[in-house]
Amino acid sequence: MAERSDTEEVKLLGMWASPFSRRIEVALTLKGVPYEFSEQDITNKSSLLLQLNPVYKMIPVLVHNGKPISESLVILEYIDDTWRNNPILPQDPCERATARFLAKLIDQQICVAAMKVVGKVGEERDAAVEATRDLLMFLEKELVGKDFFGGRSLGFVDIVATLVAFWLMRTEDLLGVKVVPVELFPEIHRWVKNLLGNDVIKKCIPPKDEHLAYIRARMDKLNLKSA
Amino acid sequence: MADEVILLDFWPSMFGMRTRIALEEKNVKFDYREQDLWNKSPILLEMNPVHNKIPVLIHNGKPVCESLIQVEYIDEVWPGINPLLPSDPYQRAQAKFWGDYIDKKVYASARLTWGAKGEEQEAGKKEFIEILKTLESELGDKIYFGGETFGYVDIALIGFYSWFGAYEKFGNFSIEAECPKLIAWGKRCVERESVAKSLPDSEKIIKFVPELKKHFGIE
Repeated sequence: MAERSDTEEVKLLGMWASPFSRRIEVALTLKGVPYEFSEQDITNKSSLLLQLNPVYKMIPVLVHNGKPISESLVILEYIDDTWRNNPILPQDPCERATARFLAKLIDQQICVAAMKVVGKVGEERDAAVEATRDLLMFLEKELVGKDFFGGRSLGFVDIVATLVAFWLMRTEDLLGVKVVPVELFPEIHRWVKNLLGNDVIKKCIPPKDEHLAYIRARMDKLNLKSA
Repeated sequence: MADEVILLDFWPSMFGMRTRIALEEKNVKFDYREQDLWNKSPILLEMNPVHNKIPVLIHNGKPVCESLIQVEYIDEVWPGINPLLPSDPYQRAQAKFWGDYIDKKVYASARLTWGAKGEEQEAGKKEFIEILKTLESELGDKIYFGGETFGYVDIALIGFYSWFGAYEKFGNFSIEAECPKLIAWGKRCVERESVAKSLPDSEKIIKFVPELKKHFGIE
């Protein structure tokens, strides 16, 4: 019987510094799915990208046997539905609903709140930091007694929350404010250490120095204050 | 053991309508509890501590928040009847993509059709129609968004249909003139019992809008 991978063609249109692109790489790597990565220039979008994601014209786009899927959370669930080994989402419907809820919280609220900290000063910045921390508390509480959001091993929320661990928390050095201090968020810090002990995560996150240099350059370009 | 299903909801909410429809599709008996959003009840605050928003589905004491997450939950817990999502992973992904698009795009622009004035309102109307046209294009000549069977994407959008009359009246434009296929789709959907039971009368929504504007301090 032919190996599934002989007939599969998996391509990922992504961008090396994007948390939304990297999370797809984590999922594919976790499941041992071989894929071709196509680095996209988001400042000069390729005709392929525009053709495969006409609605949003954004990465990541997963192309499986010629069929495109867009929106990172939709892609993650597609990957979980298609390659059933090493499940990312829990089995229980209530736990699945909670995982989806937290993923949405991270992408639509925490990410947006954290972006509001960038380029702000004084009271405005304090308010943005406060708002971000209030939301992060929900993640903090969720981690109590667990190694990962997924329990003993990486799951859906861990993969999505790499945005917090390796984008939000990494840029603290550049923002000049500790949005996620260990005194307020001991569980999140513990969880980041656990992530860094995981081979798939280590393989799939952008290298720190290059990543920070990239963000610094972008902030300078947009004329934003950096520490 | 009998299931205990409670829905904390607000009658004009197009999001609450989704969950009502999903429960009706599955023939699930539920306790509908109308919420006062200007004076939120302890149960709402307790069951949705993150957003304090309706709808909240409470199944055997455990809350599920966010309407599309609820629809998917309902499909997973009661799989035996009227599947709401396709079983094929690619079709599922397409359905979730469009449900997410509706969530991201429709409400914000729709709100401007009645909640804004002048240039802001005109821009809102234009954007709203563009979004509906994108959806209409996705619908194509199919009976429902999923094809032959009523499902997730139809459920995601149909609640807004009950508000179309209000958008048209307060925005002073015709949705049917721009998106006739979508209106035809809406009419097909409301013939379905689960939808008819779950959507309020358009006239009731039209009467409600001035009250809503007062609450938000909009003239």
